[in-house]
Amino acid sequence: MSSAVANERPVTPEVVREHGLNDEEYDLILDIMGREPNLLELGIFSVMWSEHCSYKSSKKWLKYLPTTGPQVIKGPGENAGVIDIGEGLAAIFKMESHNHPSYIEPYQGAATGVGGILRDVFTMGARPVANLNALRFGSPDHPKTRHLVAGVVAGIGGYGNCVGVPTVGGEVNFDPSYNGNILVNAMTVGIAPADRIFYSAAAGVGKPVVYVGSKTGRDGIHGATMASAEFDEDSEEKRPTVQVGDPFTEKLLIEACLELMATDAIVAIQDMGAAGLTSSSFEMASKGGSGVELELDKVPCREDGMTPYEMMLSESQERMLIVLQPGKEDLARGIFQKWDLDFAIIGHLTDTGRMVLKMNGEVVGDLPIDPLAEASPEYDRPWTATEPQDEIDPASFTPSVKPAEALKRLMATPDLCSKRWIWEQYDHMVMADTVARPGGDAAVVRIHGSNRGLAMASDCTPRYCKADPERGGAQVVAESWRNLTAVGAKPLAVTDNMNFGNPERPEIMGQFVGCVAGMKAACEALDYPVVSGNVSLYNETNGQAILPTPVIGGVGLIDDLDHIAGAALPGSGQDLVLIGETAGHLGASIYLRDIEGRSDGAPPPVDLELERRHGDFVRAKIRDGSITACHDLSDGGLAVGLAEMALAGDCGADITGAEQEPGNPPLAAWLFGEDQARYLVTTAQADALLAAAVEAGVPARVIGQTGGDRLILAEGEAISLAELRAGHEGWLPGYMDR
Amino acid sequence: MKARVHVTLKNGVLDPQGKAIEHALSSLGFDGVNDVRQGKVIEFSLSESDPAKARAEVEAMCEKLLANTVIENYDIELNA
Amino acid sequence: MKAAVIVFPGSNCDRDVQVALRQSMGSEPLMVWHKDSDFDKVDLIVLPGGFSYGDYLRCGAMAANSPVMKEVVARAQKGVAVLGICNGFQMLTETGLVPGVLMRNADLRFVCRDVTIKVETSQSLFTAKYEQGEAIRIPVAHHDGNYYADDDTLSALEDRGQIAFRYCDQEGKLSEAANPNGSQRNIAGVYNETKTVLGLMPHPERLADPKLGGTDGRALFDGLVEALS
Repeated sequence: MSSAVANERPVTPEVVREHGLNDEEYDLILDIMGREPNLLELGIFSVMWSEHCSYKSSKKWLKYLPTTGPQVIKGPGENAGVIDIGEGLAAIFKMESHNHPSYIEPYQGAATGVGGILRDVFTMGARPVANLNALRFGSPDHPKTRHLVAGVVAGIGGYGNCVGVPTVGGEVNFDPSYNGNILVNAMTVGIAPADRIFYSAAAGVGKPVVYVGSKTGRDGIHGATMASAEFDEDSEEKRPTVQVGDPFTEKLLIEACLELMATDAIVAIQDMGAAGLTSSSFEMASKGGSGVELELDKVPCREDGMTPYEMMLSESQERMLIVLQPGKEDLARGIFQKWDLDFAIIGHLTDTGRMVLKMNGEVVGDLPIDPLAEASPEYDRPWTATEPQDEIDPASFTPSVKPAEALKRLMATPDLCSKRWIWEQYDHMVMADTVARPGGDAAVVRIHGSNRGLAMASDCTPRYCKADPERGGAQVVAESWRNLTAVGAKPLAVTDNMNFGNPERPEIMGQFVGCVAGMKAACEALDYPVVSGNVSLYNETNGQAILPTPVIGGVGLIDDLDHIAGAALPGSGQDLVLIGETAGHLGASIYLRDIEGRSDGAPPPVDLELERRHGDFVRAKIRDGSITACHDLSDGGLAVGLAEMALAGDCGADITGAEQEPGNPPLAAWLFGEDQARYLVTTAQADALLAAAVEAGVPARVIGQTGGDRLILAEGEAISLAELRAGHEGWLPGYMDR
Repeated sequence: MKARVHVTLKNGVLDPQGKAIEHALSSLGFDGVNDVRQGKVIEFSLSESDPAKARAEVEAMCEKLLANTVIENYDIELNA
Repeated sequence: MKAAVIVFPGSNCDRDVQVALRQSMGSEPLMVWHKDSDFDKVDLIVLPGGFSYGDYLRCGAMAANSPVMKEVVARAQKGVAVLGICNGFQMLTETGLVPGVLMRNADLRFVCRDVTIKVETSQSLFTAKYEQGEAIRIPVAHHDGNYYADDDTLSALEDRGQIAFRYCDQEGKLSEAANPNGSQRNIAGVYNETKTVLGLMPHPERLADPKLGGTDGRALFDGLVEALS
């Protein structure tokens, strides 16, 4: 075609395979192009059709998820979802995975994951106000786990702390299925004026296409295709493709973009994330129904001699692509120069419907935009449903450990121990609006300058999703909704981050299909639509898949920060009220796994009608002030929930006798069963609360009182808070310092 | 002219990073490693070609910015 | 009182301290961009927390050499009050306005949590609203807050009453457990010789609002307003 590509490798079948394209996909490319693509064009097809960018295995199913509602301003399909939070403001949020890069280079992988999700949010006009992270690591005994935890946590902190966005929440689990595939899912929440949201669709012939931010280097070339391939033993050799993050530049980019967004100069804006310049320019032109011509010699480069292929596929961080209103170039240039950021006009929009790439005046690539985007493969992969597990009858179950001892052990397990060692490495208070800090059901961040707030949490119970994907999918959504409710927020919408194994295996695809079905049912029943999301497949090493891990990041609204609840017991002399029924579901419970060494059984059923009724009741009673503390009951059931509340408030409690009430399950199931739709609350007005519950059709009963310096679970089953705390706070620092 | 500046902590100043490296090396089985000190290397090219002038210039850089002489020493290497 | 907050590229607590100052002053502080060394006459200059210039060479080192800092140093030498918080404290040590240096935390990890610090003296512009010996709760959030100076300097600081705050337990007792970063002699903040310049690692602006869980930081700003008005 031209001299600039003459030195590049010819497109042979081997090269096609290296780009992760199969024969049918390559035939389709020949059809669309009407000729053989050159290496640059092949590279562009490869990243645009990668699983990461095209959702080719998942989109058939994702379509089923509810994405609309009166609160939704913009659902999936943009950089992030947008919801109305009243008073002229919108919350913009999304969660995204950076799993593979974080395994290979934990610090930079996690750091750039945070950077990428921040850009997705401020690209749309929002100032980021909070970060959350859902992390999953392998067994603590695995030789790499400690190193990965240390690196990922340092990377998240290193990036988030520097850009000055508080990291307010998240979750951390350990399971051997993640030994070779850790999960690093980062979420950002931002706030923007509802009438000034920026989108990626770019139209208008001749309008300038502008490149801003950092220079382009050879980092991360083919990150998008790496994120779509299964791991093998050689993966650690892929280290050079991991990008390096520069949070300082990101901070400048946030400020510069928000400054430019306050003017009327922007037609469209898009961050250069996975597949960099390719996907950003492609999406802008495709969504705007236009064409684009880029002069690649104008792209600011960090290294000499970069080829068009490298420029188009580089995943260098902290870069954005903007289409400007004509005549606004100098205004925009001035802002970016003020912030010491690169600014270059690298092309313009056309009406040809094609992407034309030039280098030193010569055409080096020419592709049709719509056919490429529309022909992006969509697979209906075969799937098989997961075999249901038997329910475990609590009456037939004989515990091997006494309850107080079991509680003490559970509170010091990797999954249930305090994660303080992690979140104290994150600046969770910068911006001075963090009302509820990490460690509770949900973080609460004040909407700056008001007395309103956003509640946010991330949730997933992978062991439930493995045992019964549909129940697990529903439970994830329900727990997210409960966590927001438990602080007094009205849950508004979610972002999902679907982490699964190899979708070409029918049982994995079956997990995906099942989880989506459960999520769909729960999102619909709870008016809790999905507004953004991300899919990460092929999380397998040597054929061993991760547990199905569909993480939900939920956002809710608090109208009045004077009426919220925390989980800490508020002091002695209050009644403990259990909301919801306790049948004593032990199947797939933490208790069964970590105390009895069994991982069998069906997970607890999720009754969405009850979830809604109980949650609406609890929220109303938090708002009217009759509930003084509130905690969602989930992992570890009543006993663990109570212990968490007691430690947070440094106040004991006594629930002796409650276990003997008629209809109660046996003691272990009562204390550790993971029945859903339950909350444990405290109140100084128990009679009124119980009367209101009767009226609302919500089961509620007093199970004990607060006070003292120990927990008394049943006759002869007491444990001091000091002893509980030592194990709970001690496990993670002890593990990491070993 | 190429300059390479080595910045190291002064003797007697506690070096927690050096200590961590030492600990990690010993846990990897490298016995007999002692007195690990970590520092940084800063490289750049200079348009000044006179070695004496170049050294004076780099010394000024070190005093002013590249090293904090309360706790750090520096060492300059120049190569034509 | 008139106050200025210097905003460097990478500052990220500039807005937080602006809010706290506004609350105590009842008026707007001046926000000064680092390229503007010709800003109005003010009674107080605040160097806010953050990661100025990415903290890439040493924390605060590049900010300390920026043009606006020449002006800050000149005004400080004329007696204008200067408050450096966290990254601002690092800048103050880098310019030499206060002695010592802030090294990497002893456990090498970033630390963000509430700590208690003991007010060493109430005889300063900054601490007049506190009691001497009072233990106050203020958050820290830093990677490099490990205060170091040689023994002679430390003793001189103590002799001249230049130690502003020390990390302590809730009863006001100094202990290793209460020291979040390995600072020598538990030092959390120091004054210059005239006590018109204060650098401290904890962030008083982060607990100056009951909604955020505490107000122990507010008295520092209230005290400055009273002293400088």
